[in-house]
Amino acid sequence: MRAIVTVIGKDKTGIIAAVTGELAAMAVNVEDISQTIMREYFVMLMMIESKKTGLLEIVKRMEALAKSIGVDIRVQHEDIFNAMHRI
Amino acid sequence: MLTKNEIFETVEMIKDQNLDVRTLTLSLSLFDCISDDKKKCADKVYHKIVKTAGKLVETGNILAAEYGVPIVNKRVAVTPVSLIGAASGGFIEIARALDKAAKEIGIDFIGGYSALIEKGITPAEDAFLHSVAEAISSTEKVCSSVNVASTRAGINMDAVVRAGAMIKQLAESTKKQNGIACAKFVVFCNAVPDNPFMAGAFTGTGEADAALNVGVSGPGVVEKTVRNLPHADFAALAEAIKRTAFKITRAGSLIGAEAAKRLGVQFGIVDLSLAPTPKLGDSVAHILEAMGLERVGTHGTTAALALLNDAVKKGGVMASPAVGGLSGAFIPVSEDAGFINAVRAGAITIDKLEAMTSVCSVGLDMLAVPGDTSAATISAIIADECAIGMVNHKTTAVRIIPVPGKTVGDEAEFGGLLGTAPVMAAHSAKSDAFIQRGGRIPAPLHSYRN
Repeated sequence: MRAIVTVIGKDKTGIIAAVTGELAAMAVNVEDISQTIMREYFVMLMMIESKKTGLLEIVKRMEALAKSIGVDIRVQHEDIFNAMHRI
Repeated sequence: MLTKNEIFETVEMIKDQNLDVRTLTLSLSLFDCISDDKKKCADKVYHKIVKTAGKLVETGNILAAEYGVPIVNKRVAVTPVSLIGAASGGFIEIARALDKAAKEIGIDFIGGYSALIEKGITPAEDAFLHSVAEAISSTEKVCSSVNVASTRAGINMDAVVRAGAMIKQLAESTKKQNGIACAKFVVFCNAVPDNPFMAGAFTGTGEADAALNVGVSGPGVVEKTVRNLPHADFAALAEAIKRTAFKITRAGSLIGAEAAKRLGVQFGIVDLSLAPTPKLGDSVAHILEAMGLERVGTHGTTAALALLNDAVKKGGVMASPAVGGLSGAFIPVSEDAGFINAVRAGAITIDKLEAMTSVCSVGLDMLAVPGDTSAATISAIIADECAIGMVNHKTTAVRIIPVPGKTVGDEAEFGGLLGTAPVMAAHSAKSDAFIQRGGRIPAPLHSYRN
């Protein structure tokens, strides 16, 4: 199963480490990553693949992480993006 | 490969523009629950709903988390209870069974306490109509509707008269809550059998045993699209709305199909409707204003709505394998911040809303009139809506609240998604003699298509 992770929030140190660390702990592989700073805001996109951990579990743990580090993290099945943007 | 812009466009639609799936509605046939024993029939109804729809809420919640798209309502729509209870006469017992089952499985509403009486009223349906006020005011989640007209049958004015009186009765039965029972009762012309939206959802007699219908939404997303094009001509504007509607519908269609698969039922239809909520950034009226109208209700509003409604359908039709339901922009006054403000400012009247319903889905919706509005006047308002639907081969509906003890200038607060309704003026000249003629207004010539 593949999903897209988007992270948006006020920039500070350690966001990438926290997010990728939590993903690694769930045996989730990061296949693509792109990160930038837009007007003081940290913006990151990741394509992930998970064979062991279910999407719901990943969503829940990322929600908890988002609260603890104070940024917005969304994990969404890639099909929603394909459906909306590809005919 | 998806681009960054595409991904962030979707995220923004959900995060900032209130994109959501408005409802997952499980359509359920109750024909196998018929019995001439009131208790047996009600028990069967309860057990069928709990068994078939028991996992609807959980499934909806899981899909919302996995796709990151909110699913606002989970509902069940059943075969018209006037048919299911005809053999036993136990209509109230079925209403209680529906309510109990709805609470047990945690859904928001259950629809189908309904009767199809556009051509005539059977003795069982007569008894059913007498039960509606008690059924609605003594349950929490049950919604009711009646179909009183169609393009093929004409307008059953006897049913229209009954509906006007029932609305007064419903308002009276909940007078301490501003007549809120009226919000759960819709009067239709050309009612559709696969509508997922409340209060008018029921399962038509030609439908499958169980099917999952989905109602998409996203007025905020369309408003953003329109606001980004302040100088575009109408063709460019319509094209941009079509593209946006396509994306919204694809999201709904994907989630609906997946929900049906997980529930083990067939996927029914996607209803391509723009359904507003009282929340800011979730208003159909604001889309029309974004097109260049100073205030919704002014001259040009009907044309703007016609463009919007058509573009939403054209974009949506290509996005889903099965489109149905009501499919169009809703204009429920109390549920839309833009309409509420327009009424407060005196910018929109019932007459203008009526004109708007001739080019959109569905009809005069969540509209408050003074509590002393007569049953005959309400029936006349219904008759006018039915005439628009009958002649134009479209669904029209009336969901109107004569708010007990309130008059023009007052407001009725209903709470939650039902919002706030500033009381609007109805015409004071009487329609009684017209309404009381009885019988049926004949179907129009163009209904004879064979």
